[in-house]
Amino acid sequence: MSFLSDLVALVVDNQSAFLRGLRITIELLLYSSAIGVALAVPLALARVSANSWIRNGAYGYTYLFRGTPLLTQLFLIYYGLAQFEWVRDSFLWPILRDPWPCALIALSINMSAYVAEVLRGGIVGVPSGEREAAVAMGMSPALLHRRIILPRAFGIALPALGNEMVVQMKSTALVSTITLLDVTGVARRIVTRTYSTDALFVAGAIYISMTYAISCGFRFAERRMNRHLRPPT
Amino acid sequence: MIGLEGFGPQLLAGAAVTLELAFAAVTLGLITGLLGASAKLADLAWVRSPISILLNLLRGIPEFLILLIVYFGASELLGDAWSPGPFAAGAIALGAVFGAYSSETFRGAFMAVPPGQMEAARAFGMSRTQVIFRIHLPQAWRFALPGLANLWQGLLKDTSLVSVLGLEETLRKANIAAEVTKHPFPFYLAALAIYLAFITVSNPAFAWLERRASRGSRK
Repeated sequence: MSFLSDLVALVVDNQSAFLRGLRITIELLLYSSAIGVALAVPLALARVSANSWIRNGAYGYTYLFRGTPLLTQLFLIYYGLAQFEWVRDSFLWPILRDPWPCALIALSINMSAYVAEVLRGGIVGVPSGEREAAVAMGMSPALLHRRIILPRAFGIALPALGNEMVVQMKSTALVSTITLLDVTGVARRIVTRTYSTDALFVAGAIYISMTYAISCGFRFAERRMNRHLRPPT
Repeated sequence: MIGLEGFGPQLLAGAAVTLELAFAAVTLGLITGLLGASAKLADLAWVRSPISILLNLLRGIPEFLILLIVYFGASELLGDAWSPGPFAAGAIALGAVFGAYSSETFRGAFMAVPPGQMEAARAFGMSRTQVIFRIHLPQAWRFALPGLANLWQGLLKDTSLVSVLGLEETLRKANIAAEVTKHPFPFYLAALAIYLAFITVSNPAFAWLERRASRGSRK
């Protein structure tokens, strides 16, 4: 049991560092997911648009960002953009100079591309009878989307969205490569100080707990969102 | 394009390392996934439970952290007996991740083969081993391929993480070129293009594999 007691001692000694790291991880996860989902709604609608220019443009966006590693995108934004003088002179520089906003931008763009594909599946999966019924009721296209298609698409896509959120949580671990001290960053720093990998196992346990919390949350949301589909008891 | 200032061949050499690493990891991953799926479907609870739990835990930890644990943990655990270099650590870590996910894909694929197929083969007089290799595996492979295609794309992208350990694959080569020339943007853009090209080429490759795997079944 000495391994376990070592881990407990490590957590107690570095409590505040781990808590600060956890805060960065959770903030990045929640903000990037919110922005990602907000961007994904118009993207998913564009993916099923009747206009082929809009459709292909949205497809190109998701293909580009789903087909390349997040780590490379992160480096391109954080280190790459700084090369250009016009970027350094622009009003955006105070944002792009800082690793935190760069991480948020890269994570949000990534999330939007993945969620757009998931939502597209949800939109296509809305039974056509529901769409026709809403049109027959005299709903305008905007009302139809707001009341029927998007809520149903989210309900259908919810299990897949839960998976995306877990993937996104794991992706936040990469921000330690651009000097941010998230959970992984804190653990890496302790490893170099103590010459022991125990801190990495503590970080692993933290991530597993978050994975578990996210999947439980989504299972609850799924039951709620689709409660009208449950047979009456 | 601003030009690659003579670093083009370096990037291509890195791209070759990326592919080598991906193939090494996918080989380990397929073996782990097949064994993991067999364990998950095993009748013996003491085989089934611990392996299912371990593989599920692996899916809840960031790939990057698993890589760091393998790289730094192996030397701590094994001392001087064996310490993996970045390539071996990357192949083991990414192979374990691929195995954890593909064990679920294979489990579903094994269950998707109708039991009548195996019963018919047994009735025909095939041995248990023959049934596995001639009937069960080839058909499960067909059901597993679409899922494996997704995992392969994830694996290709995750190889970039090993650049942090100093393995001179695509992204590390881009890092080096960026540091030397002080022009990071074109090199990271070139790295993006290389990964995108690999992903784009994998799609028809998997379509071909799927056609090959389904040639025995009616459309």
